[in-house]
Amino acid sequence: MKHRLLIAAALALTTTVAAGADITLLNVSYDPTRELYQDINAAFAKDWEAKTKDKVSIKQSHGGSGKQARSVIDGLDADVVTLALAYDIDEIASRGRLLPQAWQKRLPNNSAPYTSTIVFLVRKGNPKGIRDWGDLVKPGVAVITPNPKTSGGARWNYLAAWAYALKTFGPDEAKAKDFVGRLYKNVPVLDSGARGSTTTFVERGIGDVLIAWENEAFLAVKELGPDKLEIVAPSLSILAEPPVSVVDKVVDRRGTRKVAQAYLEYLYTPEAQDIIARNYYRPIDLKVAGKYEKQFPKLQLITVDEVFGGWQKAQKTHFVDGAVFDQIFTR
Amino acid sequence: MTTAVLQPALALPVRPVEKATAEPPWVRLLLIGLALAFLGIFLFVPLAAVFYEALRKGVGVYWQAVTEPDALAAVRLTLLAAAISVPLNLVFGVAAAWAIAKFEFRGKNLLITLIDLPFSVSPVIAGLIFVLVFGLQGWFGEWLSEHDLKIIFAVPGIVLATIFVTFPFVARELIPLMQAQGTEEEEAAVVLGASGWQTLWRVTLPNVKWGLLYGVILSNARAMGEFGAVSVVSGHIRGLTNTLPLHVEILYNEYQFAAAFATASLLALLALVTLVLKAWVERRFAD
Repeated sequence: MKHRLLIAAALALTTTVAAGADITLLNVSYDPTRELYQDINAAFAKDWEAKTKDKVSIKQSHGGSGKQARSVIDGLDADVVTLALAYDIDEIASRGRLLPQAWQKRLPNNSAPYTSTIVFLVRKGNPKGIRDWGDLVKPGVAVITPNPKTSGGARWNYLAAWAYALKTFGPDEAKAKDFVGRLYKNVPVLDSGARGSTTTFVERGIGDVLIAWENEAFLAVKELGPDKLEIVAPSLSILAEPPVSVVDKVVDRRGTRKVAQAYLEYLYTPEAQDIIARNYYRPIDLKVAGKYEKQFPKLQLITVDEVFGGWQKAQKTHFVDGAVFDQIFTR
Repeated sequence: MTTAVLQPALALPVRPVEKATAEPPWVRLLLIGLALAFLGIFLFVPLAAVFYEALRKGVGVYWQAVTEPDALAAVRLTLLAAAISVPLNLVFGVAAAWAIAKFEFRGKNLLITLIDLPFSVSPVIAGLIFVLVFGLQGWFGEWLSEHDLKIIFAVPGIVLATIFVTFPFVARELIPLMQAQGTEEEEAAVVLGASGWQTLWRVTLPNVKWGLLYGVILSNARAMGEFGAVSVVSGHIRGLTNTLPLHVEILYNEYQFAAAFATASLLALLALVTLVLKAWVERRFAD
């Protein structure tokens, strides 16, 4: 009897919740964007209601980028995906066949409404004197970075280190492999997502340096206090372009294409770009970028396309089973 | 008048109280101290820490964390999953234990092994099984998608995973008990003309009621606390497919430590409520 009442109560409550909203969208995203999309969603819902009188509520799901892509392929009903790198959305297109292969051409700037880069987060006063990538391979320095197999951020970290090695030791792949191999020998824990690594470094106090998304590093400093952590910008890093896309099969089945499309286009508006910059992502709108110029450290940024020949190639060379990462990370 | 009648009963000869143990006091103190220290370190301190951390930023923050829509949705989902899985497992557990303990049949050992299966496989594997079967790329994925049915990354998947991991508790609790009691009482009942149904309700179940209650409590605790299997099939959609344990993880990852512990304390409170209910039932129906 008690249980029957509970079921009835639970069902009643669920239905009332569902009746309140007219449209729901699901945004499946990667780890560090939680706070960003909380702000964006609220602003977009307001904007959309003013334009169309429709109430839209956007649900969020976060995790390692690769893991999230896997969930969408397995049937997580994402109206839009906003992942850490193009390759993960490519996987949804090729393995899941949920969107066309040419998805990246559909929105400006390769479908990346914001960019970011990879920086270091160290403990206050920088006790190990970490200034650049070269300091990460020194003996006795514990480096925290997530697992490139499951985390998008981790793949950016890895490629940034590789690019630094190529530039420093000449275009010699063997030397780069040795450098990155030594770097990963200094990694005591591989978490599955960027946020997990941040908590490992910040909360559990493990490691001397965290290789992190710039926005994640800023957020950690903001949340936990500049008296505990500081950001170090290396001499060279990588331009990360986290892309977004509508998932065609899902929006067509659910009849949400119009609003999902509008949601992604909204990310390119000056209003959203401002929210983006306030959440420490680099805006692509030049005017907004100018306004927040002082916020971001200036560093030399290379792209995946120019150094690695695109994500498909980088993934194949470095991250698939048995590729370079597996060769250097064997213990 | 009544007092006069009671008088002789109180006038029993008084015997000196005998000590239960002959060990010297320091041995007893040491053993009691060890037991208490163990309880304190492994049970009391963590429980106290949860409530301390939860209330550290004040009652306002605590209240806000547990009444926030996503937290309430997580509470509802957790209760729903438990409310479906526990009765199902109760019925199945009693039926299976009855069959196994009171009857001989072919495939009995196979049935026992199958009941134990959820104990022996990792919860993560349990979750993946459902992804492989009901996922879009799985066996029934295409068909489910065509008929617009959602199993995984939705409430049914969470309920399924919960049923799977709580499957053995009731049956495992009852089987040894029923086997130890044998079949004599049931045989007597049948000889005296009871139907099978009457035998079950009047003889078998009353004999195992405490074991049954304990099985239900365990099953319920696991249903509400399960993380691994549910995490795999959940999809982590806030306000829709997050159970309480998953919500705790999300909050912790968002640097909302007070809120994370507040939600954790809610989970602990649910467990305490279950225990109080159990104590009440025990007292109410004690022989």
